[in-house]
Amino acid sequence: MNRFDYIKPASVSEAVTEAARPGSAYLAAGTNMLDLMKVGVVGPERIIDVTGLPGLADIEWLTDGSVRIGALVRNSDLAYDTRFAETFPMVAEALLSGASAQLRNAATVGGNLMQRTRCAYFLDPASACNKREPGSGCDAREGENRLHAVIGFTEHCIAVHPSDFCVPLVALGAEVEVESLDGKRTIPLAEFHLLPGDTPHVETALRPGELITGLKLPAQAAAFSGHARYLKLRERTSYAFAVVSAAAALDMADGRIRQARIALGGVAAKPWRAEEAEASLVGAEASPSVFARAGEIALAGAHPSGSNAFKIELARRIVARALALALEGTPEAMPALPASPFSTLSGETSGVAHVA
Amino acid sequence: MSLSISLAINGRKHDVALDDPRVTLLDLLRERLDLPGTKKGCDRGQCGACTVLIDGRRINSCLTLAASLDGAEITTIEGLSDGEDLHPVQAAFIEHDAFQCGYCTPGQIMSAVGLIKEGMAGDDPERVRELMSGNICRCGAYQGITEAVLEAQRKLADREKPATGKDAA
Repeated sequence: MNRFDYIKPASVSEAVTEAARPGSAYLAAGTNMLDLMKVGVVGPERIIDVTGLPGLADIEWLTDGSVRIGALVRNSDLAYDTRFAETFPMVAEALLSGASAQLRNAATVGGNLMQRTRCAYFLDPASACNKREPGSGCDAREGENRLHAVIGFTEHCIAVHPSDFCVPLVALGAEVEVESLDGKRTIPLAEFHLLPGDTPHVETALRPGELITGLKLPAQAAAFSGHARYLKLRERTSYAFAVVSAAAALDMADGRIRQARIALGGVAAKPWRAEEAEASLVGAEASPSVFARAGEIALAGAHPSGSNAFKIELARRIVARALALALEGTPEAMPALPASPFSTLSGETSGVAHVA
Repeated sequence: MSLSISLAINGRKHDVALDDPRVTLLDLLRERLDLPGTKKGCDRGQCGACTVLIDGRRINSCLTLAASLDGAEITTIEGLSDGEDLHPVQAAFIEHDAFQCGYCTPGQIMSAVGLIKEGMAGDDPERVRELMSGNICRCGAYQGITEAVLEAQRKLADREKPATGKDAA
């Protein structure tokens, strides 16, 4: 790990003042950044530890029905918050399907938005990677790329964004609150993460020195609480990143779909909202065929970036299945294996156990 | 650059002067405070061998900067037993053969203590397995680990039940 200066500011204004100096990086739990520092993928000269900042660890329900989540709220605290999990169940399910219990106890809401891709070539300083070292090339294109992007990639970068949490958040229209020396602003989560284009090293809409202070979910997002699921396909049952995942939510009225929300994980450099697929469902009677059609539309622009064509068909099916599960209704209790295809069937007896 | 932090580790206060902010909690415990019970496996948050409790919550000590923990209460495997009396989770691991080589065991046990405290698993072995998935056992003692966690949880719950019969307050 490189040497760095360690600064622990006592207020947000002190933090953003410190971070305005070049070479600075914010540190929250560090579950991703310290790991990257250990292997030499990142090497900030100045660490601004934000874990002591006051007022950023609350879940606040506003009078208009929206909720504000402080950037330092820990993943497990948010997922296990009863009111939050009842109102936004697919967000809680996504959180509990990510990482391990230890990491969820440490990792923060703001940090989750800032986590980096798990592309093996990004994580290996000996490999060419335009994200890590602009202009050096992309070893993933001719390498092990079965888990790489199928939407929105370029010849410069085929990495995917690893977050589960961000997938239902982008489906529900979350907004990111940020602050810097220039003041405060709000960025829609859908515009927060950037596709690679020819600058894959520019990953977010954050300006230098900007600090994420919180996240907002609008009141309308609560309309989906009765029919919302996150479904995540992994290469092992637990503690793995998504091969592909989908958040699906329905607002039902008299057997017809009033509104729908769909987003995909593991397919692009950002959590991928499928608005055309959502629109295809509005006013329709829920059925396997309209769900399959929504899956087709969601992946309409997809193509393989390497040996990963299978992910496109998988993602179509995951969208259709997540919608079918959402239609069945949000489970009363969190499934034993959150977001897992092994335990997404509702009812007491129909769950599939993965161990005999 | 020197940083002074104060930690309560297993109930004992430690004032630590760090000459380097890069020191993780794991390295502080093992290399500087003579508490090698917490193990270093992958050192990258993937195996769980370094699990300890910070303010009662299980975390990976390898991914935590010691400098950021001023004022925290840490519990490690060394702080679990009451003298010669093993903690119920420790006793259950022995009872259920929940290890072979033992290297991952301190992390497994600390993780189990955290899991029981969180109270989200109920008596469902599937939930226990899911919530223990951050602790890898290369010997594959998972069957015994799951049984041990469930039994320790039952024993701890019995211990906390209010007294009944003539002893009732």
